[in-house]
Amino acid sequence: MSTRVGVVLFPGSNCEQDALEAVTLLGGDAEVLWHGDATVGQVDAVIVPGGFAYGDYLRPGAIARFSPVMQAIAAFAADGGPVVGICNGFQVLTEAGLLPGALQKNRGLKFLCTTVDLRVESTRSVLTSETSVGDVLRVPINHFEGNFTCSVDTLAELRDQDRIVLRYVRNPNGSMDDIAGITNEGRNVVGLMPHPERACNALLGSEDGVPLLRSLLKAA
Amino acid sequence: MKFNVLVEVRLHPGIADPQGATIERSLPTLGYEHISDVSVGKAIRFVCDADSEETVRKGVEDLCHRFLTNPVIEDATISISAA
Repeated sequence: MSTRVGVVLFPGSNCEQDALEAVTLLGGDAEVLWHGDATVGQVDAVIVPGGFAYGDYLRPGAIARFSPVMQAIAAFAADGGPVVGICNGFQVLTEAGLLPGALQKNRGLKFLCTTVDLRVESTRSVLTSETSVGDVLRVPINHFEGNFTCSVDTLAELRDQDRIVLRYVRNPNGSMDDIAGITNEGRNVVGLMPHPERACNALLGSEDGVPLLRSLLKAA
Repeated sequence: MKFNVLVEVRLHPGIADPQGATIERSLPTLGYEHISDVSVGKAIRFVCDADSEETVRKGVEDLCHRFLTNPVIEDATISISAA
């Protein structure tokens, strides 16, 4: 039986089709999770995709975190279920308190739409288990508020517990400690600003997102 | 009783404020040479119905902590007046 992966659809999500397509390409069984439903159904893993959930009003993720589906995702994550937040999904997970820190406006105030090199810093997460430390992956970024920040204490904790899973090789947005992706204490929730689901086909410029999403399917 | 509430959200000191910095850098070209420490935040206004100003303040502090600010990067000042 193939792995069932739920992709959340908020009003304003715009990367859910890419995520559904990528999961299907990797042999998973992808389905949409509606933001208004207080359940994740029978899925084995959850992707919170990119976009502008609820218009990013107030702050990115600030309103999305209160949607019924997020309560179900919090319970799913608390039970050890794998959850990955990509871009706006990462912002939602920090607002929901499933991941520490916050994403503020990019240094230089530019919306960034480009492809960057990411270095795998830890394989101990549901998104990086099928990679090797030191791997450099070419993955697109597409964000205005991707500048990761947190308290000094939180940063020390992330470092000490090997929870920084991906770093930018050349920091594009001012993120603290070049952080591109982090995981929670349970290592089953990961948030990252880059878009692995858009790097799953050589025709589109890179297949380097495949080992990341394959890790998620394996963890499910 | 109805109260007018003004919540001003601002970034914590030390959190980069690229909007404020960009505005500040543009000021000399307009001839404003003596302005510094520019910061940009949000102002949120609403009306609250409650028994006392103290009740309003308590509720709005909770609202700020849970929703109107992200405590990791922002804090808020609350102003209340009789409507």
